[in-house]
Amino acid sequence: MKETPAVEIRDVSFSYNGQPVLQHVNLSLKNGDFTALIGPNGGGKTTLLKLMIGLLKPDSGEVRILGEAPRRVSRRLGYMPQEIGINRNFPISVMDVVLTGRIDPSRRWGGHTREDREAARTVLEKVNMWASRDRRIGRLSGGERQRVFIARAMAAEPDILFLDEPTASVDAFHQGQLFDLLRDLNKRITIIIVNHDLMVISSYVKSVACVNRKLHYHDGGEITEDMIHMYQCPVELVAHGIPHRVLRTHGSKTCGKPSNSSS
Amino acid sequence: MWEALQFEFLRNALMAGLLASIACGVIGTLVVVNRIVFLAGGIAHAAYGGIGLACFLGLPYMFGTFGFALVVAMIMAAMTVRDRHRSDTVIGVLWAVGMALGVVLLDLTPGYNVDLMSYLFGSILTVPATDLWAMAAVVTVVTALVFRFYSAFVAMSYDAEFARLRGVPVGGLYFLLLGMISISVVIVIQVVGLILVIAMLTIPPYIAEKFSDSLWGMMLLSSLISCILTLFGLWISYRWNLTSGATIILVNGAAFFLLILGERLRARHRRMKLACRPNPPLEDDPREAVR
Repeated sequence: MKETPAVEIRDVSFSYNGQPVLQHVNLSLKNGDFTALIGPNGGGKTTLLKLMIGLLKPDSGEVRILGEAPRRVSRRLGYMPQEIGINRNFPISVMDVVLTGRIDPSRRWGGHTREDREAARTVLEKVNMWASRDRRIGRLSGGERQRVFIARAMAAEPDILFLDEPTASVDAFHQGQLFDLLRDLNKRITIIIVNHDLMVISSYVKSVACVNRKLHYHDGGEITEDMIHMYQCPVELVAHGIPHRVLRTHGSKTCGKPSNSSS
Repeated sequence: MWEALQFEFLRNALMAGLLASIACGVIGTLVVVNRIVFLAGGIAHAAYGGIGLACFLGLPYMFGTFGFALVVAMIMAAMTVRDRHRSDTVIGVLWAVGMALGVVLLDLTPGYNVDLMSYLFGSILTVPATDLWAMAAVVTVVTALVFRFYSAFVAMSYDAEFARLRGVPVGGLYFLLLGMISISVVIVIQVVGLILVIAMLTIPPYIAEKFSDSLWGMMLLSSLISCILTLFGLWISYRWNLTSGATIILVNGAAFFLLILGERLRARHRRMKLACRPNPPLEDDPREAVR
């Protein structure tokens, strides 16, 4: 019997106000995968992630998560958004933020159970934020806040974890700790992560998808010429298969420059 | 001051002020944290259409205005639910159309000479006892609904996308929130008038936000602040014979600017202290020193 893929995207296109963001994207990720979505700014990584979890609807094509429409399985998905648009002055403690990850509409709304609090404690301890549980979220540093958001995503005990730039402002020490944690989680659940820093994640991920309007999925083997072109910058190539290792850096130009000079 | 309480109209005014304060504390908190102040203002002004409608049809003020404000709120909710952050044009249009409708409906009402000012700036001194019961009912309903859906409102207000993913019916809650805003606005219009509603809905929660660590704490605190400011405003207006609604708002405004001034001064004081102390003592927590 063929296993249902964790993520199945068939010929998906999406545009914002007539601007095409993604065109004819196909992608299939199996259960237990640890996939990085990489690509230049504005390439559509976050959009693709939001399409996967059903926060956006594709203009055409189909998204299947665990064999179902994303909205039907949304409670089995964990999501850590980028911090844009979240009200920093909001009067809420770290603990209460994580508890929003435990909300269950089928239950009475009143409050949270002891079990919820235990689960929140476990995830907060995992990201080293338990000591700050009573602090107001807006008083934390950016990196600390991101760790809380990761805890919130994990609090729901999801089958697939979607992380959008989870380490954007996390220091090196916590970054390493975080990826170790993710690797540990990956033994049980599928993880899909948006990250533009390929160097950091290369030794953790199992596959890479390059997103720049189109998508190039890459599961094992070499990164192709095509992919480098798509990424529009000298890519730090990743060798797949186990163990993962970084091959070499192409050139020394920074990311984001026009592609014509990159190869 | 206390001898004033023998007058029934003043006792009613006090009661109306307290009820409006609770409604403002609870709903104003949700308005402020959801950043829909402009929308709340739109509903308040569009409610004027309801006043016109009530007069035109010969209905009691409360019923006509409740109904109309609720309908306007639902239209606004339907038009803004998809794109909450780019809804200002829609709100502006409904704001103006609602008010214009009110004026025209009053024109069409034969022989009815309405005291416009009392609706624009409130008529807390003429609130009848029956309206107090309606106000109490609204406050009870609103508080009960917020209590019932509290954790869902927290999740939605803090991060609507995430809440939606957890299965919270964000769209439904948004309609509910706007509905509650509309009925709260109608009772607050009694106190300070529709032009000044927005101040009462936003100033106490804004002050309370700075001192609260949770949404319910903010609701409680802003209700309390609102009560104190309203009573103080009422007392001043009685003592010096000033328009009560406007006086209440001025007291709110004074509190608002005093708070901002206080914050500025404190920040400056802290900077000065840091500047006078070039080398922080070593035993300080290093993280504190970095800040």
